Amino acid sequence: MAAPLIEIKDLHVSIEGKKILNGLTLTVNAGETHAIMGPNGSGKSTLSYAVMGHPKYKIESGQILYRGEDIAGWAPNERAVKGLFLAFQYPVAVPGVSVINFLRSILKNRRGVDLPLKEFRKELKDNMKALQMDSAFANRYLNDGFSGGEKKRLEILQMALLKPSVAFLDEMDSGLDIDALRIVSEGINRLSSPEHAVVVITHYQRLLDYVKPGFVHVLAGGRIVRSGGPDLALELEKKGYEWIASPVAGAAS
Amino acid sequence: MSSKTDLQELGKDYQYGFHDSTENYTFQSGRGLTRDIVERISEMKKEPVWMREFRLASLDIFNKKPMPTWGDTKALGDIQFDNIHYYMKPTDKQGRTWDEVPEGIKKTFDRLGIPEAERKFLAGVTAQYESEVVYHSIRQDLEKLGVLFLGMDDGLKQHPDIVKKYFGTIIPPADNKFAALNSAVWSGGSFIYVPKGVNVPIPLQAYFRINSENMGQFERTLIIADEGSFVHYIEGCTAPTYSSDSLHSAVVELIALPGAKIRYTTIQNWSKNVYNLVTKRAVAHANATVEWIDGNLGSKLTMKYPAVYLVGEHARGEILSVAFSGKDQHQDAGAKIVHAASHTTSVVTSKSISKDGGRASYRGLIKVHKGAEGCKSNVRCDALILDDASRSDTYPTMEVDEENTSVDHEASVSKIGEEQLFYLQSRGLSEAEATLMIVNGFFEPFVKELPMEYAVELNRLIELEMEGSVG
Repeated sequence: MAAPLIEIKDLHVSIEGKKILNGLTLTVNAGETHAIMGPNGSGKSTLSYAVMGHPKYKIESGQILYRGEDIAGWAPNERAVKGLFLAFQYPVAVPGVSVINFLRSILKNRRGVDLPLKEFRKELKDNMKALQMDSAFANRYLNDGFSGGEKKRLEILQMALLKPSVAFLDEMDSGLDIDALRIVSEGINRLSSPEHAVVVITHYQRLLDYVKPGFVHVLAGGRIVRSGGPDLALELEKKGYEWIASPVAGAAS
Repeated sequence: MSSKTDLQELGKDYQYGFHDSTENYTFQSGRGLTRDIVERISEMKKEPVWMREFRLASLDIFNKKPMPTWGDTKALGDIQFDNIHYYMKPTDKQGRTWDEVPEGIKKTFDRLGIPEAERKFLAGVTAQYESEVVYHSIRQDLEKLGVLFLGMDDGLKQHPDIVKKYFGTIIPPADNKFAALNSAVWSGGSFIYVPKGVNVPIPLQAYFRINSENMGQFERTLIIADEGSFVHYIEGCTAPTYSSDSLHSAVVELIALPGAKIRYTTIQNWSKNVYNLVTKRAVAHANATVEWIDGNLGSKLTMKYPAVYLVGEHARGEILSVAFSGKDQHQDAGAKIVHAASHTTSVVTSKSISKDGGRASYRGLIKVHKGAEGCKSNVRCDALILDDASRSDTYPTMEVDEENTSVDHEASVSKIGEEQLFYLQSRGLSEAEATLMIVNGFFEPFVKELPMEYAVELNRLIELEMEGSVG
């Protein structure tokens, strides 16, 4: 049997000396959709940054394996080129860099070939249309002056073009109105296939009305305190996190 | 012929000037600057008396003026005025051979893909460039429009009245020590006159007007745009301009008469031993617009503050500059706007990058005269520092003597953001690629104002400058 796409083993991560993840363990196989839920400060974003290799997030112990390989020594760009992706909760602006030039550069690195301009434009146009993005968008500067919804769409557009094996999506529903949420969710769902995996990180249940996870995990205090099926998300929506995320309940699970 | 004989011949008969039969005679002014040398320059150029007197008066001013006490006074103090050749006959410049051109410069030519003939010109190996032919055909089209586009020396010879009327009126020799020096020993540069209502359809490029003196040390450029006319002038090029001379001190005067518009684009990339101390100033009359687009790479020390004096109502000035300062370089650049009439507007945008210990300074002045009502000025300075060894400073000065005025100043200094880098890297760009992308984006507002071929070359050049700056 092929190794899981992602296998996180007893991961301990600190940022600037402060411990955030405390023994997180998670396995994601091809074809699966996972949701990681949890209260603010539980370590959700830290998990995604650690997976992508942010230099500030230090792995104290434990491992992240991608297709069975320890990725600790891989630079962020190496991870991306090999098929990992993180959709940011707060994508940063890079003024003066046009969306179209940026997309062409990252696609070139991911695919190892520079697509002829005409083909690239067609692919871009089709993907933008699917996300209901205006074509003028391509000539704007990367995330510069974008609304929250525009930023999220651009994240999904990048994901659609890069076709990562595993995509971590950090709080994709924050700041989206209901229409935008639907469009973004459809974009996420289009990536689903037997070869790909998606991990959505979210505080609220609302995104999960559109992106249906097979697995739901509750993150609290830097580790996964409970795992279950889609029902777990609904239960959280109803009862909140208190009952499950308190140290006692966590220890008991 | 011995040089002694030459000298005697020359003394006897100046009609040969320095262009013809005295081919193997080299007029080399010797090092240092004397009254005699200034007189000789003027005589060899067969200038009218008023110009010779202008030069001599300027020399006196130069000798009396102290060095600037601001800016990079340490680097300025290193200039050895006695060790400079103030005039060289153009043919001297051809004396250098390709072998003498430093390897670094040759390599950059290679990387930029500059054609052979052009490389030799840029490196000072040849003084003529094949674009002469192109220039001639452009000049014919311009002549039909009544546009004058000549070297400054030819301008003085052929149109002495226009030159006399405007020369030195915007930047008098007493303005500063280096303007005085230029006024005493100037040679080369461009002379442009655009008649009333004429819109010059193509940018005029010094590049096409290249003659032996174009890239001289002490160029002098004068542009007059008559009422309601438009002209765009481009000087310099993005390839490194190699000069063994260590001092470049130009003076550029622009006059935009009522309703005229002048855009003046400069991209300079002097070799890294050069002091580039340039005085550039424009006057914009009523409803006129002057735009300085100024890009500074290369040189050891650049001090350059393009200025616009808005002297007529509704005049407009815009200064957009970028500076790239690498190892052992100091770019001290900026802008000056003087609002001397009501309802005048100005926009200043300055962008600098410093890396490998380089230093970039912005030095700016916005002045609004009392009684100049309803003026608007917007100044924006952004500095990007690529490493801890590099430095950026901002020295803005506002002198606003009129209450009914709006002056905005915004400044930002940033290091390449870790979050920007991580974002780009997380999409598959290497650290070097990501850094270059951020740098190019930072300069984009400048680059997009350039004609396509300059924009492409500038981007490639920045790429070369960035190489090796990331682990």
